[in-house]
Amino acid sequence: MATLEGRAGGKGGGNAEIPFIAPGHTPASVTEAISEVVTQKTPKWWYAGFGVAFLLVNVLLMSITWLLVKGTGVWGNNVPVAWAFPIINFVWWIGIGHAGTLISAILLLLRQDWRTSINRFAEAMTLFAVACAGIYPILHVGRPWLAYWLTPYPNTMGLWPQFRSPLVWDVFAVTTYAIVSALFWYTGLIPDLATLRDRSTNRFAQVVYGFGAMGWRGTAKHWHNYETAYLLLAGLATPLVISVHTVVSFDFSVAQLPGWHATIFPPYFVAGAIFAGFAMVLTLTIPLRSLFNLKDFITDRHLANMAKILLLTGLIVLYGYIMEGFFAWFSGHHDEGFMMWNRITGPYRYQWWALILCNGLIPQLLWLRKVRHTPWMLFLVAMVVNVGMWLERFVIIVTSLTRDFLVSSWGSFSPTIWDWGLFVGTIGLFMALLFLFLRFLPMISIFEMRTMVPEAKLDRSKTAGEPSQGAS
Amino acid sequence: MTTLEETSPRPDHASSPRKGLDLATVRQRLQDAQGPQYWRSLEELAGSEGFQEMLHREFPRFAAEWPSEENGNAGNGVSRRGFLELAAASLALAGLTACTSQPAETIVPFVRQPENYIPGHPLYYATAIELAGTALGLLAESHLGRPTKLEGNPEHPASLGATDAVAQASVLSLYDPDRSQTQTYLGKISSWEDLAAEIRASLPALEALAGDGLRILTRTVSSPTLAAQLTALEERFPKARWHQYEPCGDHAARAAARSSFGQPVSTRFDFSRADVVLALDADFLTSGPGAVRYAKDFSKRRRAGLAEDGPQGMNRLYVAESSPSNTGATADHRLALAPSELLRFTAALATELHVSGAQAPGELSQPAREWITAVAADLTAHRGTSVVIPGVYAAPQVHLLAQAINAALGNVGSTVIHSEPSGERDEDQLESIGQLVADMRAGKVDTLLILDGNPAYDAPAEFDFAATMLAQVKTRIHLSLYRDETSEYCQWHIPAAHFLESWSDCRAFDGTASLVQPLIEPLHGGRTAHEVIALFSDITDATAHELVRQYWQDQGLDEARWRQALHDGVIADTAATAITVEVSQAAVSEACSQTATVSGLELCLRPDPSVFDGRFANNAWLQELPKSLTKLTWDNAFLISPATAEEYGLKTEDLVEVRLGERKVVGPVWIMPGQAERAITAHLGYGRTHAGRVGNGAGFDAYALFTTSAVSGGVQLAATGATYPLSSTQQHFAVELQSSEADARHLVRHADYETYQRQPDFAQHMGHHAPGPEESMFPPWEYKGYAWGLAVDLNTCTGCNACVTACQSENNIPVVGKEQVGNGREMHWIRIDRYYQGGLEDPDVHFQPVMCMHCEQAPCEVVCPVAATTHSSEGLNEMTYNRCVGTRYCSNNCPYKVRRFNFLSYTDHDTDLLAMARNPDVTVRSRGVMEKCSYCVQRINHARIEAKKKDRPIRDGEIQTACQQACPADALVFGDINDADSAVSQSKASPLNYALLGDLGTRPRTTYLAKVTNPNPALVRGQPAHDGGHG
Repeated sequence: MATLEGRAGGKGGGNAEIPFIAPGHTPASVTEAISEVVTQKTPKWWYAGFGVAFLLVNVLLMSITWLLVKGTGVWGNNVPVAWAFPIINFVWWIGIGHAGTLISAILLLLRQDWRTSINRFAEAMTLFAVACAGIYPILHVGRPWLAYWLTPYPNTMGLWPQFRSPLVWDVFAVTTYAIVSALFWYTGLIPDLATLRDRSTNRFAQVVYGFGAMGWRGTAKHWHNYETAYLLLAGLATPLVISVHTVVSFDFSVAQLPGWHATIFPPYFVAGAIFAGFAMVLTLTIPLRSLFNLKDFITDRHLANMAKILLLTGLIVLYGYIMEGFFAWFSGHHDEGFMMWNRITGPYRYQWWALILCNGLIPQLLWLRKVRHTPWMLFLVAMVVNVGMWLERFVIIVTSLTRDFLVSSWGSFSPTIWDWGLFVGTIGLFMALLFLFLRFLPMISIFEMRTMVPEAKLDRSKTAGEPSQGAS
Repeated sequence: MTTLEETSPRPDHASSPRKGLDLATVRQRLQDAQGPQYWRSLEELAGSEGFQEMLHREFPRFAAEWPSEENGNAGNGVSRRGFLELAAASLALAGLTACTSQPAETIVPFVRQPENYIPGHPLYYATAIELAGTALGLLAESHLGRPTKLEGNPEHPASLGATDAVAQASVLSLYDPDRSQTQTYLGKISSWEDLAAEIRASLPALEALAGDGLRILTRTVSSPTLAAQLTALEERFPKARWHQYEPCGDHAARAAARSSFGQPVSTRFDFSRADVVLALDADFLTSGPGAVRYAKDFSKRRRAGLAEDGPQGMNRLYVAESSPSNTGATADHRLALAPSELLRFTAALATELHVSGAQAPGELSQPAREWITAVAADLTAHRGTSVVIPGVYAAPQVHLLAQAINAALGNVGSTVIHSEPSGERDEDQLESIGQLVADMRAGKVDTLLILDGNPAYDAPAEFDFAATMLAQVKTRIHLSLYRDETSEYCQWHIPAAHFLESWSDCRAFDGTASLVQPLIEPLHGGRTAHEVIALFSDITDATAHELVRQYWQDQGLDEARWRQALHDGVIADTAATAITVEVSQAAVSEACSQTATVSGLELCLRPDPSVFDGRFANNAWLQELPKSLTKLTWDNAFLISPATAEEYGLKTEDLVEVRLGERKVVGPVWIMPGQAERAITAHLGYGRTHAGRVGNGAGFDAYALFTTSAVSGGVQLAATGATYPLSSTQQHFAVELQSSEADARHLVRHADYETYQRQPDFAQHMGHHAPGPEESMFPPWEYKGYAWGLAVDLNTCTGCNACVTACQSENNIPVVGKEQVGNGREMHWIRIDRYYQGGLEDPDVHFQPVMCMHCEQAPCEVVCPVAATTHSSEGLNEMTYNRCVGTRYCSNNCPYKVRRFNFLSYTDHDTDLLAMARNPDVTVRSRGVMEKCSYCVQRINHARIEAKKKDRPIRDGEIQTACQQACPADALVFGDINDADSAVSQSKASPLNYALLGDLGTRPRTTYLAKVTNPNPALVRGQPAHDGGHG
């Protein structure tokens, strides 16, 4: 689909007119514009934004402290709703963490050069989202100090983890994803760190960036090694985009609970994750490109392309919802049928209907070109999807658990202030990390953007359709 | 302010004749104890002046004790300095009392081990618990001198090895840290010797007055020794009087006996011979005298009716009642009738059965009329093998008419046995306490000795007992387990010994006497009523043991028989013999004439199924025990019918004001399916103010509506607009949806007797197909040794909760409190699910005990990431607490939701006293760990060791799980399913056997026997029981 985009742009008549980089840029002006964000004096709004984020990080720390002091019971979890907010938030964050790798790896392999201006940012977002997600499974267990027992390590107890449990698979999937994403992001940063090192006037910054640049001098040999490593990492990361959320979906589909036990879960979850990830990228990109005057590099065409991916994955997710209903009917099992009926009419029906509205209906606005090309409209749709994806996990987890097999054990769930505290706290952590990233690292890949300026394109016009041999 | 002046004189230690705690001893003990460092500072404190002063005073929480005048701050209570003194000293005092309560530590190992004193090897002693004048025989399990668990005594006629929830929970009361720990006079610590001296000093004067002004108030006394002591006291002091008052006693039965038979008569029933039973507001299977035995007999007869070659057919139970009870839920036919309707119904039935003297009452509803025809025919067809049993709390007229009907049906002598009352003195207790109050008002009472009762809380409201006593009685002495509401109004408070600390005796429902023997020295120096009464006799220093021994010596119990009686738990041949009595025709016609229609709502006050009359309010196991029908914990409520709720626009949890005459109480309502339309039921025993930390503030005090008046009609109900949260363990909304879903899922499989006879395996044809091991790709695991399994008979389960408390006691299960229960975090390993079927007005009720199913293909095991829950070679699903990290995935994947998670640190690790109550064979769980039913694996292993020592296999029946052992209905059968001859294998071979949610392929080891009811075809056709309407 994304591959088609480059060509279809011409036919559509609209996109062709909007290039992926505003006219008039030279490699020097690109470098200037992007690195200026880092080297300039800290803007006032940054302090305000980081201040808010910092406060929320303190909420996170308080929530964690209270949790460790008192126990899991500070949350609203109970029996039957043994999993609730922490797992909802874990899956939500992990889902958000999918866009970065997809953009970096899959779009790279698919030679979608429009990814260049958003990949760095999206990768950073991925890392931070995975960091936020990673907090939850550890804190979620009853005895967090023993959470390392889920990892296979030689020990005096002579015990391995129980490998049949999807939670063990989760440990592997999420840690692998976190490691590969971090490596990928860092590898991509090296040439730009060198640029910042060279442009810094302050000795401290020079040392720090220089340390990070690992002695990058931009020789052909360096570029060659870099390109190979980057491509290999992209190859490694690609299956992970699929595997992580597939494994996360196993947490549910391996269990036999009505509403969890469905074969549609892996593809449906992966699509949902990309859906959520792109929504989050849009949510962050639209205000940031204005704040940093980067509309030249993140153009409306980028936004429109992302909107199309949002629409596509949204349709897959909607298909998933429809299939859940179909399976419930087709299974012929009373409990499955009741599960679906309960979602629609039960005590959590508002959440279900809101979910359908947020993830199923409102994204259909993206069929309209006007919506795709109006940043504020796109922003609203993306926000709605962010909420919708959170609701999706709420519906799957809470609604299914509150009404399972034995009628006597039906329960209900209501979150406590500490549930919210931890959730808001991770949003704060995410924001704080993002603000630090924006302030100290180039949010757009400078060297890759340089390859996007018209002169670079012209040079390689004979190889059109196979662009992006990196920045050599 | 008279209260304050009366009870709080200035503490004047210089002139005080009483000596406080012996400081030298305390200090010596502290030095010997070699405790941790902090004792040293306490020691210093103990020497200080402030501390000495404090030792003479009562706990600071006794507000009346705080000087209010001296600091010129009248009305504002205590001064800051005073408060700090109190606070500091109370801290120290708490340490001291805890110190003295510990058994002396022996640091030298035994040179010669006492016989049978083997660590890890519990000993069992026979004793008995008394409740409202009837005894239940127990075997107490003792680990190195501390009782930890109570079981029924198989030799005791009221128990036959089973128990009830209250008996199971009573072991917790023994170790209750809130129990009164010190004797006090005017709030100051005093000693037993002080009291003895005071009483001895008053005896000459009392003798001169022939005991005038001395009154003794007890609960119903079934102890022959105590009764003899009290009688002797009355003989010595002819003008002294002994009153009995039991708020929830069998007053109606006694009153009816007096008016119909002209003499005190106690009636018991034999359900093992009864083919047709009609219960008139009688919850005879779970409450009242003999309930455990009745449940045992009834269930035995029920099971016999299911046997293929059973000659007797199935028995049939009709229940007419105002508020749904466990017995009503077990019934084959149930009719909801408000109390006045029930009385008319009984009169009409008596008339139908041609009881002489009976006359038909006024109007009766259509269903009631149909019932009368059908039930009368059924009873007539089973002359001599039927029972009409009136409820303990039904009106005296119902009792009278029921006995007349029994006599007319020829049941007396076969299923109904009249005998001399088992209580030692029969009197109209309401009249007796009324007399006492009248005398108090008249100033005729100088000294009131209250032995183990709480009249300030539970006396009928119109007496205003506490205030009257305070104003009119000079000397007030109170013996009780807790410093309760009554203690607050008495100068003398004597901590009572718990029955597990006491020597005594008591009588069962059939008159059989049992000896109560102590399992442990009184933890807090508690005293028995025997010792207190002995102070008024010649031998003032007699111990309870000597008194009881002496009494039975006088009854001809020689040493050998005494020892035998102690061992057996019953004194042979003491059951009351049957007597022949005639029903007075005049009394019958009088009863029939008192059946006027009552307009408006009628109030039924009943003892609470958990905390009874309030005496168990501080027992956390009972507070958290979900009441069978409502599944309500930690609270009582006004139970109203759905029709009343609709009429007044009320929802469950709405706060209402209930008004009866000029008395009113505010409490939450609970919409009770099956409640008689015009009846409001409230349970007594809540709203305690001085119960202790557990019981204070739980629920509302319905005693405010409790009077001696027979009038219960004309109740006014008014919504207050406020709500009050109630914590129940089963959701109370969407009841109809829950019923229809439970039905559609075939959770409780049931059919009527006719269907069962036609198709005995009906249960196999309900629900989705349950795949067996042959449908798996993998060969089934082969169990070469034992394979443990459990069968639950839904036919006999009455939902009485004995198993729940037994499990709690056996497995060290913590309580979590009201808020946590409301949050769905109760910890019970076994729960009793309750399902409704049919309309809200009069639904069928089904109980289903659910504990870990020990699935062959356990969904929990696969998903645990750390292998903390695994399968044993004998098929047990085992929890390894130490390995559990608490992901809770197992709970999500458990279709039976039997896993319980320690969301917070629920176990009290700090209170030493509570630690003594725990079973040393079961791990105490910490926060963040999952737990669940283990099939009492500690008992399995115990039996395995015993069997190995003797080189034999474990015998069938050798292992009884705690739930099974407690069950009065024998509804639970545990054993080896590899042994085809075991009881459990035979149960599981029944065509009724089915697996709960078997279609999931879990292949549970716990299976259920489908329920078969035996409705009367004459009543089914018209379906009156399900219309539920009244007129």
